[in-house]
Amino acid sequence: MTTPNLTAAPTATADITAVASGLGGALWLLGAAFLGLLAIYFIGIDQGMVSVFGADLHVHEFVHDGRHFLGFPCH
Amino acid sequence: MERKFVLRGIASGALAGLFSFVFARIFAEPVIARAINYESARETAQAALDRAAGRPVTPAATELFSRTVQEDIGIAVALVVFGAALGALLSVVFTLIQRGSGRHVRPRTLAVLIAGAAFVSVYLVPFLKYPANPPAIGHADTIETRGSLYLGMQIVSVVAMVLAVQLGRVLSRTRGVWQASLLAGLGYLVVVGITMVLLDPVHETPGPLRDPGGRIVLQGFDADDLYLFRLYAVGGQLILWGVLGLVLGPWAERALKQSGRPLVVNRGTAPAPG
Repeated sequence: MTTPNLTAAPTATADITAVASGLGGALWLLGAAFLGLLAIYFIGIDQGMVSVFGADLHVHEFVHDGRHFLGFPCH
Repeated sequence: MERKFVLRGIASGALAGLFSFVFARIFAEPVIARAINYESARETAQAALDRAAGRPVTPAATELFSRTVQEDIGIAVALVVFGAALGALLSVVFTLIQRGSGRHVRPRTLAVLIAGAAFVSVYLVPFLKYPANPPAIGHADTIETRGSLYLGMQIVSVVAMVLAVQLGRVLSRTRGVWQASLLAGLGYLVVVGITMVLLDPVHETPGPLRDPGGRIVLQGFDADDLYLFRLYAVGGQLILWGVLGLVLGPWAERALKQSGRPLVVNRGTAPAPG
């Protein structure tokens, strides 16, 4: 939810590889951020206001109660 | 270390989602069941009114999953996966802050502080403007508007929180932590308060359904159930973010200890300002 460069000290370098130990560490952080946002998109938003599966509603209906409970706008 | 933090974040989040599911299954699902009963009764009553008036009747939606699947499995999967996703994102933020500006704070305290700030900015403040709604509330044709408004409120709130934390850190150098925290908090409240006033309100709670003669054929949505649903929704999020922060913090500390790294960098020995 937070962009990496805003969390680093203003005087320190904001480069993600500076705080992660090397490329492997940076990839773990980027991968986690990407997959995390992707999962939240499918649990909360897909097949609602926007949809990658067209008019199909299987994902929407399966997580229906969770979507309401988590506060996402739902049908 | 990044790999350990991320994996432990995902596991902590999945556990938090599981706890939140147990809470939701016991407390929120009976309210959801009553809301769905109301929704069905309303559709039936509306169809009867439409038939009587000679209007076309909207066909009832087909059910893809039974209520049992939705209330036992669907919501469990949704909350555990959502929790794991939050855990992944929180571990990224935690890793970056713990290496940088948060290196003077004990990691387990830092994890709880980040989880708390995230709970307030990602969920609680947007909820105050656009609260969670049970089934039966919300028109299908306004989903895009409501979705955009909610997302917009979330983005403003999170950006304002990040800026407020930065402001607090800058101010604390000259004014001390107490005054800096109060001023930063006030700044956050002013920004989200103005945003709440500017963004369009959403009023979609169904009122009473009347026949052409004005007689009430079905009462409006139960106010107590609406209150209970929203209360439990906040409770479920509190469990989600609370368990996540409280489990990830000590677990990340153990990883740091095992690798022989210092938990806290003392201010005097800090290599860079911040």
